[in-house]
Amino acid sequence: MELLKRQEKWDITYTHALGEVASWFFVQIRDNAKIYGRRCAKTGRVLVPPRAFSDQTLEPTTEWVEVGPGGRIETFTMVYEPFQHLPEPPYAFGFVQLDGADTAIGGFFKGVDLSDPAKAAEKLAIGTRVKTVFADKRVGDLIDFWFELA
Amino acid sequence: MNAPRVGIIGIGQSAFKSRRDDASYPDLVREAVNIALAQSSLDLDAIEAIVYSLSPDAMVGIGNAERLGVDAVGGRNKRFLRINTGGSTGISSVAAAYYHVAAGACDVVMTAGADKVGECGDSQTVLNKIWDPIYERPLPQGTITMLAMSGIRYANKYGMSEEDMARVVVKNRKHASLNTNAHLRKETTVEEVMASRYISWPIKLMDCCPQSSGGGAMVLASERFIKENRLDAVWITGVGHCSETYYIGDRMGTGYTADHGDAYALGNSFKRAFKMAGITDPRKQVDVAELYAPFSNTEFHAIEAAGLAGHGEAVQGVKEGRFGIGGDIPVNPSGGTLCTNAIAVTAMIRVAEVALQVSGRAGGHQVKDAKLGIASGNGGDHQFFGTMVVEA
Repeated sequence: MELLKRQEKWDITYTHALGEVASWFFVQIRDNAKIYGRRCAKTGRVLVPPRAFSDQTLEPTTEWVEVGPGGRIETFTMVYEPFQHLPEPPYAFGFVQLDGADTAIGGFFKGVDLSDPAKAAEKLAIGTRVKTVFADKRVGDLIDFWFELA
Repeated sequence: MNAPRVGIIGIGQSAFKSRRDDASYPDLVREAVNIALAQSSLDLDAIEAIVYSLSPDAMVGIGNAERLGVDAVGGRNKRFLRINTGGSTGISSVAAAYYHVAAGACDVVMTAGADKVGECGDSQTVLNKIWDPIYERPLPQGTITMLAMSGIRYANKYGMSEEDMARVVVKNRKHASLNTNAHLRKETTVEEVMASRYISWPIKLMDCCPQSSGGGAMVLASERFIKENRLDAVWITGVGHCSETYYIGDRMGTGYTADHGDAYALGNSFKRAFKMAGITDPRKQVDVAELYAPFSNTEFHAIEAAGLAGHGEAVQGVKEGRFGIGGDIPVNPSGGTLCTNAIAVTAMIRVAEVALQVSGRAGGHQVKDAKLGIASGNGGDHQFFGTMVVEA
């Protein structure tokens, strides 16, 4: 028998409030091109990206600590497949432990030729040193900065 | 702990496919419910409570789809809960059904659900939305990239090649070819997997699970009810759950408790289930395992978290055929999540499959003399882990 289908698209807009901690963090990125973490008073761990409380102790974080701009690749991937509403491939992104931080923050890796995946993977290997590069025009978002090989 | 025994008396699952244009979403739920009820020899009136298994709504494109599903499970005038822990939803639902019975609140409980992932044109876009909109979602995070990044850490720590990953696919596709309910049933070779295109390095197309449509249902009952009604059952003897913190970047760097390359919380979840079931040496006591692994590389850390191999040793074990049907401890004899992934019920099917194995009713993919099986489910951003021990 003939089986019918019905198509529908969801297009929903949200305006998310960032809260005090993330707002301060992104203002520093936008206005001063600096990245800060928050220190847990109990353990001394510096959380980057900064959060108002530690996931380990549930204690409030108490101190802003400038981190980076250098860091170390903790993991990465390179995407070669297009997905709707996600960037055009290929692109590389992953997580970097910035100098002075205990945790890793996500970001794109730019300036690496991704045409040969195996070669690119060697360049982005875990432990590789990178530097943070800031966009000239910054809006206060995670994509105001990215990482390039140091 | 002296937990009362809870038995599995009915199992229903669809023959999973990319699309089921012949069935609406509630039709698919109903399909699995009918099979499970028929197998349990009970009618709907005997079911006292429903645990509804449904992961992100946007995957089926229906907000709070448990409301649409309530008729398909005969939920009218019954206790009803919806469970959602992402990919582990199915095993969390079985656990919630178990708790109803173990707590003495009910004698007979059904858990059921379905998914139609094939109808969602943008499943990775939906899954991108599970990330924090402030710090992580500006990046193109998805479940594939998240687990590719786990694989890269695993490979860096222990050594794992793309060929090693391909061997998991070859094993599970071979298993799926024996399972009439599996979605991807065509056998493959290491060469064919290696030749498939990169999705998110090092994960290639054939290292990925499919987007499946189908339903699952299970009926659980108290030991007293099972004995009084002289029903056939296999027994859930261990139940574990364990969570991981949210941010992937906290599972690396310095001073972390869990490495994103391993499955730390899954290991803890298994320890809890094993303790409850009295399992002290899983390598000797476990006959069969159905471990949630949607991408080939993740089966390695799942095998290790289950205690079936030491850290970093699962790669060699797969190479030696230890985890294939006919090997020491077959892992994913159904073909596993890698060959069938109807997300809302995938982790339920892991439990259902080990139940079928230990009752000797698995059919073409039966593991000989299986008496004790283990199952797991992983959900969220590698965050919520459920485990179970099922015995004959």
